[in-house]
Amino acid sequence: MTANQVALWYLVASVFFILALKGLSHPSTARRGNLFGIIGMVIAVLVTLALTKNIAMIVLAIAIGGAIGAVVAKRVEMTQMPELVAAMHSLVGMAAVLIAIAAVNNPASIGIPVPMPTGNKLELFIGSFVGAVTFSGSVIAFGKLAGLGKSFRLFSSAPVVFKGQHMLNLLLAIVMVAFGVWFFLADAPGHWFPFLVMLAIAFVLGVLIIIPIGGADMPVVISMLNSYSGWAAAGIGFSLNNPMLIIAGSLVGSSGAILSYIMCKAMNRSFINVILGGFGAAEGVAAGSAEQRSVKSGSSDDAAFIMGNAESVIIVPGYGLAVSRAQHAVKELAHALTEKGVNVRYAIHPVAGRMPGHMNVLLAEAEVPYDQVFEMEDINSEFGTADVALILGANDVVNPLALKPGSPIHGMPILDAYKAKTVIVNKRSMATGYAGLDNELFYMDKTMMVFGDAKKVVEDMVKALE
Amino acid sequence: MTGTVDPTIVNLIVFVLAVFVGYHVVWTVTPALHTPLMSVTNAISSVIIVGAILAAGPAQIDFGSVIGAVAVALAAVNVFGGFLVTRRMLEMFKKKEPKAEKKAEAKAGH
Repeated sequence: MTANQVALWYLVASVFFILALKGLSHPSTARRGNLFGIIGMVIAVLVTLALTKNIAMIVLAIAIGGAIGAVVAKRVEMTQMPELVAAMHSLVGMAAVLIAIAAVNNPASIGIPVPMPTGNKLELFIGSFVGAVTFSGSVIAFGKLAGLGKSFRLFSSAPVVFKGQHMLNLLLAIVMVAFGVWFFLADAPGHWFPFLVMLAIAFVLGVLIIIPIGGADMPVVISMLNSYSGWAAAGIGFSLNNPMLIIAGSLVGSSGAILSYIMCKAMNRSFINVILGGFGAAEGVAAGSAEQRSVKSGSSDDAAFIMGNAESVIIVPGYGLAVSRAQHAVKELAHALTEKGVNVRYAIHPVAGRMPGHMNVLLAEAEVPYDQVFEMEDINSEFGTADVALILGANDVVNPLALKPGSPIHGMPILDAYKAKTVIVNKRSMATGYAGLDNELFYMDKTMMVFGDAKKVVEDMVKALE
Repeated sequence: MTGTVDPTIVNLIVFVLAVFVGYHVVWTVTPALHTPLMSVTNAISSVIIVGAILAAGPAQIDFGSVIGAVAVALAAVNVFGGFLVTRRMLEMFKKKEPKAEKKAEAKAGH
């Protein structure tokens, strides 16, 4: 195959990647989109394989990696998607680093002239340090998501902060760039030393960047690392002069950046504020000193009775629901209510769950039809006419305190559940949410608290309805 | 103006245009599918496997090609895992068929 033919095939693959993302604009076209992505990938891999001489070893490597990937994809629980995605980001990062090492070792093997031009070195530097930061950052994110904080402090979901943290990060970044400059100027084999030091610093930086970010901000972190993994791929594309890698990498990079933006906006935080971290530590202490106030609590039976007599019920699922794996029970509840002629809808806050769109997937897994599930902007005006808002394991996203100027979460968009005629809240206890704030909603006269594990409570409600 | 355009400049042009395409395409993605979006972009960024295959490519096996092969395996985990888990999720978003059909399907499945 000539270089021109290869480039044209890569163009075809790139178009398929764009179509793959385009397909996700609606659930009905999404599966076709995924198929386009697969076609693009098959083209890219086959064309590249045709250029190599060591096919047996490469096919073996693909088979091993592919088998692991296929098994994981089949076994993973939908509640564990954030962990899976974090783990996959780390693999992209590591692959970028390894490719950069191979390129420094033997530039000719991947089509870079020897001795390596400074331009290629700059690109390798960018590709490898972004890859390294993506790798170690994602490992930390994975640990935080998987709740490994007890066994290893760096994985703690509480922010790990220390004095002079940001200065240290800045200093390390400057030193890393200095070694990068040394790497440009040095010739082979002398360039190995600055290259490896630079990589080591980048690995450390990845850890330091993610540890101060608290568990509540994980949706932003995952989106951000998604973006980084794309930029790492694009960086490697630059050093290999491969437009397809650049295109695919930039698509992913901008996708992750947009998701980060959407998540920040849904939490009313600036991106800088999230990155600097430490959120959720100070406020949590303050909330502990709040005075005891009385709430009205009731049983599942009471709640079921109220909902059975309602005309419309809006269910607000939160992460607590996913933790107790109650999504199937909720679907049964919605079914039982619908049988009684009650109009049931679901309201999803953009940060419900631990990653963008997580709650939608969990509901879809429980076979909740997607035309009953509404985004915040589409359903907020409906709460005023709803008889019951049933809040399951959600807290901050329905906290009317967000409307009060001066409160720490002021301005955060919330679901207007407090406008419903009756509010039923299921929680395990009166503990505060991630933001560490008391929730006014729980103390309103029209609010009834049903304490207990979401799954048990919802199952009891279903029984009471039947 | 004389001479040819540096390949890095050409790459930069491709890069900037691709960022624009990505920006516009991703905004059309429905928020309900943001998790599948993330898993599919993960699979797509694993097209970095192309670089790994090239690095593993030379006929004689040495340090560089072994490192390349490891990178191939890592990226392959993502390629397969990413696309398959996306497919699994998207199957769940399928519009529900009428009940009778679903029961028949369930019987056939078990």
